[in-house]
Amino acid sequence: MKVLVPVKRVIDYNVKVRVKADQSGVDLANVKMSMNPFDEIAVEEAVRLKEKGKVSEIVAISIGPQQAGETIRTALAMGADRGILVKCDGDVEPLAVAKILKAIVDIEQPGLVITGKQAIDDDSNQTGQMLAALLGWGQGTFAHKLELDANSAKIEREIDGGLQTVEVKLPAVMTTDLRLNEPRYASLPNIMKAKKKSIEEKTPADYGVDIAPRLKVLKVSEPPKRGGGVKVKSVAELLDKLTEAGAI
Amino acid sequence: MASLVLAEHDNKILSDATAKTVTAAAAISTPVHVLVAGENCGGVADAAAKIAGVEKILVADDALYAHMVAETMETLILSIAGNYDAILAPATTNGKNILPRIAARLDVPQISEILKVVSADTFERPIYAGNAIQTVQAPAGKKVITVRATAFKPAGDGGSAGIEKIATGSDPGTGKFAGEALSKSERPELTAAKIVVSGGRGLGSAENFKLIEKVADRLGAAIGASRAAVDAGYVPNDYQVGQTGKVVAPDLYLAIGISGAIQHLAGMKDSKIIAAINKDEEAPIFQVADFGLVADLFQALPEMDQELAKRGR
Repeated sequence: MKVLVPVKRVIDYNVKVRVKADQSGVDLANVKMSMNPFDEIAVEEAVRLKEKGKVSEIVAISIGPQQAGETIRTALAMGADRGILVKCDGDVEPLAVAKILKAIVDIEQPGLVITGKQAIDDDSNQTGQMLAALLGWGQGTFAHKLELDANSAKIEREIDGGLQTVEVKLPAVMTTDLRLNEPRYASLPNIMKAKKKSIEEKTPADYGVDIAPRLKVLKVSEPPKRGGGVKVKSVAELLDKLTEAGAI
Repeated sequence: MASLVLAEHDNKILSDATAKTVTAAAAISTPVHVLVAGENCGGVADAAAKIAGVEKILVADDALYAHMVAETMETLILSIAGNYDAILAPATTNGKNILPRIAARLDVPQISEILKVVSADTFERPIYAGNAIQTVQAPAGKKVITVRATAFKPAGDGGSAGIEKIATGSDPGTGKFAGEALSKSERPELTAAKIVVSGGRGLGSAENFKLIEKVADRLGAAIGASRAAVDAGYVPNDYQVGQTGKVVAPDLYLAIGISGAIQHLAGMKDSKIIAAINKDEEAPIFQVADFGLVADLFQALPEMDQELAKRGR
């Protein structure tokens, strides 16, 4: 079975985001970029399936600028077999991403697409579900645990009340939540090996997808600041203050 | 034309996230209709009919919808989508799971987790874990929106909407419910509780979370946790407060042994009052806490338990 793993290049998880003074967006200049952490979990899951002999080939896909090729390289170093870089500049909305991925799915015919539940930049949480809908496939979002068989998958999902298991027919889309696995660090030999793996370069036009944004971003601003308050000296004083404030 | 709100419920109880989403919907397009999809969910429909400002409740009562599986919900919602110019759901795991499928099939962008309706086509939403707020304008045409319920006041009660059964859709057969393990708790629901007591990695073990439970029970509070505490296995995943977990905005958020990572703050910084106990006085949680106590939680929690008992709680 072939697995596709879409991966997104985003501001590194540890970077403190700064809003630009002209409110046109956040400052991306000279900021460390990395693979979206949820997508790392997706790559890891695919690699584990391959190690178990359930998956034969892993194709990592990224849609973004030339540097998104580095994100694909990271996936290759973790154990993906080859990459597809769909080159474009600027923000690409989830629906356009889903349309490009659908076109790639039509060509590659995977049994499963695994991707992060959301990207930590736009926090949309849409792409996997949109892709599944465009394909008419089943989906298992916010995956906590996966049991993969030849024709179906049991996916345990993190939901508001606890955990829920769905059974989807393959092919299907799965999106990862935090506790599905702990992604590995690529070893040096694997990083070297990854340099020899192929990355095919494409454009959205190759797939006939118009990526012009449909939403107009009017501005990006700082969230309202919450000031710190006072320090209290004891538990009793804390409870007094909370009682005074009407909180308890 | 009208807007449609997908009701959040468990076939018995209507979540108040629904009434909050109605508030957002009413600011976009009226009249507002509410879709209650479930199994034996008549009581939920009756409750939804009392939300002020709702004109009509549509009920799809069938085993197909017992667990709101996304694939079957897609067929159902698409069958009535033509009647609405806005389709909204609270940004619960159901809303997040289902709505992007609707948007994709309608070929419109989805606007996720709105915090504010600026005008009928312009919305504020958080990006970068709430470290920036984006104001976006949607194009003409249908709008598909998930709503961060804690950012909206619930529509009042006193409504008397008509209840109408609608035809159930077909089952595409691509995905089905296969079981669940729900956390059982007598405590209030995390996102609806007036008081939340949350524990972090500082608790050190699942056993030590009992200290949190005692205090929470005295206060009639829900229990939350930081990602670190969930990852360490101290508590189940549905306790997680944060950008990728639950977003809460109670009257009082009591953070115990939580350092205050950005990701966690994103999930609780809209609480009315934040109090924090941490032994590290440099912990970032103190930068947002209205009341901070620098103390060892293993002393402070039992003391708080006794002090609350003394005060008749």
